[in-house]
Amino acid sequence: MLRKLFTLAVILAVTGLAVFWLVTIPATVPASALGARAPDLANGKEMFFAGGCTSCHATPGQDDKTQLGGGLGLKSPFGTFYVPNISPDQNDGIGQWSEADFVTAMTKGTSPDGRHYFPAFPYTSYQKMRTEDVRDLFAHLKTLPAVQGRVRDHDVHFPFNIRRTLGGWKFLFLDGKPFQPDASKSAQWNRGAYLVNGPGHCAECHSPRNILGGIVEQQRFAGGPNPEGEGWVPNITQQALKDYSDKDIAYLLETGNTPDGDSVGGAMVPVIRNTSQLTAEDRAAIAVYIKSLPPVEGPKKPEKK
Amino acid sequence: MNRTVLAVAAIAIGVTAVGAQSDPIAARKELMKGIGAQTKTGGGMAKGEVPYDQSKAQAIFASYIDAASKAPGLFPPTSKSGGDTAALPAIWENKADFEAKFAKLGADAKEAQAKVKDADSFKTVFPELTKDCGSCHQTYRAKKS
Repeated sequence: MLRKLFTLAVILAVTGLAVFWLVTIPATVPASALGARAPDLANGKEMFFAGGCTSCHATPGQDDKTQLGGGLGLKSPFGTFYVPNISPDQNDGIGQWSEADFVTAMTKGTSPDGRHYFPAFPYTSYQKMRTEDVRDLFAHLKTLPAVQGRVRDHDVHFPFNIRRTLGGWKFLFLDGKPFQPDASKSAQWNRGAYLVNGPGHCAECHSPRNILGGIVEQQRFAGGPNPEGEGWVPNITQQALKDYSDKDIAYLLETGNTPDGDSVGGAMVPVIRNTSQLTAEDRAAIAVYIKSLPPVEGPKKPEKK
Repeated sequence: MNRTVLAVAAIAIGVTAVGAQSDPIAARKELMKGIGAQTKTGGGMAKGEVPYDQSKAQAIFASYIDAASKAPGLFPPTSKSGGDTAALPAIWENKADFEAKFAKLGADAKEAQAKVKDADSFKTVFPELTKDCGSCHQTYRAKKS
C-alpha cells in the first residue's frame, strides 16, 4: 500500500515537473517566419516614439535620448530591474541580434540566448504589435548611436530570480494574441486602440496589478498606486476623464498640459517627450480611443490628509 | 495723514510677508494655482477654443516670471511635509537644480514676452514654454491623491 502511494507520488511529481517544463519553455519566432522586407524607417521612428523605448533605455544623466545604453534602475515590489543596453553596440547592445531575435524579444519576451525576460519589459503589450512594425522599429534602432557598456544584473529576490518560473507567469498573463481590430469602430479608433494597447503600453502603468504582478483585467486603465514608489497613477477611463474632450487628450499628449492648466508630472513627463514627437494624426487617434474607454472604478486612493 | 497711510501699508505688507513665511506650503500652492489658471487660459488659446488675445498672452508670461522669482523662497527646509504637500524630498536634496529650473522658467517666459506677437507665434512658443512645468514636476512633485 505504502509502496503504491509512493509510486503514485513519484508519478505525480514527474508529471508535474514535465508539465512545468513544457509550459515554461521560452517561445521563439523562427527566422523562417519573417519574409524578405525592406524596412520603412519613418514608420520605425513613429513606433520608437509610440513605444517610448527611450523612457527606460536611454542612458540616465545625459540629455541625448537616442543613446540607449541602459542602466536605469526600475524599482518594483519584486526587486530592482536594471534596464539593458539596446543600442546597436556589437558587444554590449543588440548589434549582433538578428531580426528574428528582436521580434522574439518583443513579442515572446524571450532573449536571444533563450531565457525569459522579466515583464518589467512590457512585452505583454508589445506582443500586440504587428510584425512589420516591430521589424521597422528594429531597423530604426540600428540607425541610433552605439553605446558601450554592459548593464549590471537585475537585483530581484527569490523565487522571482529563477527565470524559468517566468514561463508560468507568461502562461497566466501573456495571451499571445496579436491586436484584433474592431470592425464596428472607425479606422481612427482602431489605430488608437492599436497604439495604446500595443506599442504605447499605456495599461502597464495605468492599471492596478495583482500580487503576482499581473494586470487586473477588470480594472484595466483605472489607475493605481505608482509601482515605482510615491504617488498615484491616474485612472484614464471616463470615470476620471469625463471632463476631457478628445482634443484635450491630444493636446495633453502634445504638451503635457491638462485642461485645468496643470501639467503632468513624474513618469508621464518622459512619455510626453515621446508622444509630442508622434504625428498629430496618431495623437488624435490615441485620444479618440482613450475618450471611448468606459468608466471603471479604480483601486481606492489613500485618504487626503 | 500720509504718514498713517504709509504706516498701515507697511504693516499690511509686513503681515502678508509673515503670513507667507509662516505657511509656505499654502503660499506656494496658491502661487501654483495662479499660474495654473493662466496656463488654462493659454491652453484654450493654443487649442483654438477661445480667441487669441495678445494682452492675455502677455499676462500669462508675466505671471510665470513673477512665480519663477517668488517660488524658490517658498520651499524652506521646514516645509518638507504637512498640508498635503506634493513636494518631493528630492527638492531639498538638489536645491540648486530645483532653483535653476525656476530660473529657466523665468528666462524662457521673458523670451516668450518678446517673441509672441500673434496667435501663430503663441501657438508655437506657448507649448514649448510650458515644458518647463513638466520638467520640474517630473522630479520634484508626486501627487498622492
